[in-house]
Amino acid sequence: MITFTNVTKMYGENVGLENASVNIENGDFVFLVGPSGAGKSTFIKLILKELDADAGKIQVGEYDVTNLSNRQIPQLRRKIGIVFQDFRLLPKKTVFENVAFAMEIMHKSRRQIRKRVPQVLTLVGIGDKAKRYPQELSAGEQQRVAIARAIINNPKVLIADEPTGNLDPDTATGIMQLLDEINETGTTIVMVTHAKDIVDRMNKRVIAIESGHIVRDDYGQYGYDEDDDYREEVFTDD
Amino acid sequence: MIRLFYNIKQAILQIGRNKGMALASIFAITAMMLILGMFFVIVVNVNLFTEMVKQDYDTVEVYLMDSTDTKQAQTIMDTLENINGVNKVQYRTKDQALEILKERWGESGYLLDSLGDNPLPNSVLVKVDNLSAANRVNSAAGKIAGVESTKYYKETVDKLTRVTNFMAIAAMVIMLFLIIVSIVVVANTIRLTVFARAREISIMKYVGATNWFVRGPFLVEGIIIGAVSSLIAAGVTYLFYGRIVDAIGVKVMTILSSPLVPAGYLASNLVIIFLALGVGIGSTGSIISMRKFLDK
Repeated sequence: MITFTNVTKMYGENVGLENASVNIENGDFVFLVGPSGAGKSTFIKLILKELDADAGKIQVGEYDVTNLSNRQIPQLRRKIGIVFQDFRLLPKKTVFENVAFAMEIMHKSRRQIRKRVPQVLTLVGIGDKAKRYPQELSAGEQQRVAIARAIINNPKVLIADEPTGNLDPDTATGIMQLLDEINETGTTIVMVTHAKDIVDRMNKRVIAIESGHIVRDDYGQYGYDEDDDYREEVFTDD
Repeated sequence: MIRLFYNIKQAILQIGRNKGMALASIFAITAMMLILGMFFVIVVNVNLFTEMVKQDYDTVEVYLMDSTDTKQAQTIMDTLENINGVNKVQYRTKDQALEILKERWGESGYLLDSLGDNPLPNSVLVKVDNLSAANRVNSAAGKIAGVESTKYYKETVDKLTRVTNFMAIAAMVIMLFLIIVSIVVVANTIRLTVFARAREISIMKYVGATNWFVRGPFLVEGIIIGAVSSLIAAGVTYLFYGRIVDAIGVKVMTILSSPLVPAGYLASNLVIIFLALGVGIGSTGSIISMRKFLDK
């Protein structure tokens, strides 16, 4: 589903990612771990073609991302759902509108939108909150809205950038259950996280990046001490 | 269709949120268009005046030798009439010519009475279709036997044409400059609303919105600003110009024997030109302002 072949991305003198090769299969659930500034965000931005690789080849589904023209970027991103630590909901739109928005972009008809949005809201467990505004919801509920928006167009891949970073442990557990359910329907999930307890408990594939290099790729534990568990800053360079 | 309503609604909301800047740029663009309108008024009127003069001067006067008799004159007239581009030929005797001269001199006309013999020649007035034909007729007529000389107002017309051309070019240059300034003004205004919605735009882009989808509301915003400015400018120009025509139109007619372009006619053209310009400026400005945001 996602294949990196000898991918290098430099920021001037600094290494973002160096000679990285990874293959994420269709239906995988992958945790992306590592210290802040190690290259996790670079990895994700390369998948979304927010950044261009300096060398190597990136393939996402049928898209050759490295050679994708700017015009085709929207097509790629419609196949990828994305969830952020800070939810990124539009405060002036209701929950329904926030989710519907992702369908409007695909030029879906009003009928389709009215049918599909409530289904997905129910699926993520907030079927009764459609008319509320994001700030009226709890953090966990807001993240559920963001997840609904990410999966509404049935993406092949869901990228979650520290989705539990702003949530208390109980709420985080609920969100992880939801992501697990989404993964069971066949959606590939790539989740960046610093949450040792979550990674340890889920027992999924773990890819660790340090200083731009992939230092580990296997199944199991988080692999870092709680002391090393830096809180990563939300990436805000939009 | 749904998209269009969505874009218009968003654009109006954006303008509402950013009233001050929207008003400021409408004000600035209106001011530019007023200057433009002034030039337009001048150019159009000079053009009309030139056309009027050209109409008056589309006549070549062919003077006949004194020795030419009526029969020869008839032959000359026939020859002239057959030249391509000639509309009408008319014989004018030396007595008629003197009468016209007297009339033109008005009160001083009596001075001409003291002339013994009429010194003026018989002549043929050749009306031509257009100015280039006048050139041809002029040189052809000079070669006909019995023709003393010819005369037409080439230089006057040439000078006027040059003035009109110069004014038109000057207007273009100034217009170009003003258009660029207007585009920058709109671009800056819209950039503010783009900043205000930067987060929303980035989310749109993440979800897979195309650039045109994101641009839509901002494009409409620019178009609205441009169109409103152009309508105000056209209205103001119409009112002022109408006053001017009312006040001095008659005087201009007597002095230059050419009317001013009627305000109504000018306004209908001006609205179209300004609207096209305003919409162009608004959309270009908004596209420029968003370029950086839509890179990736």
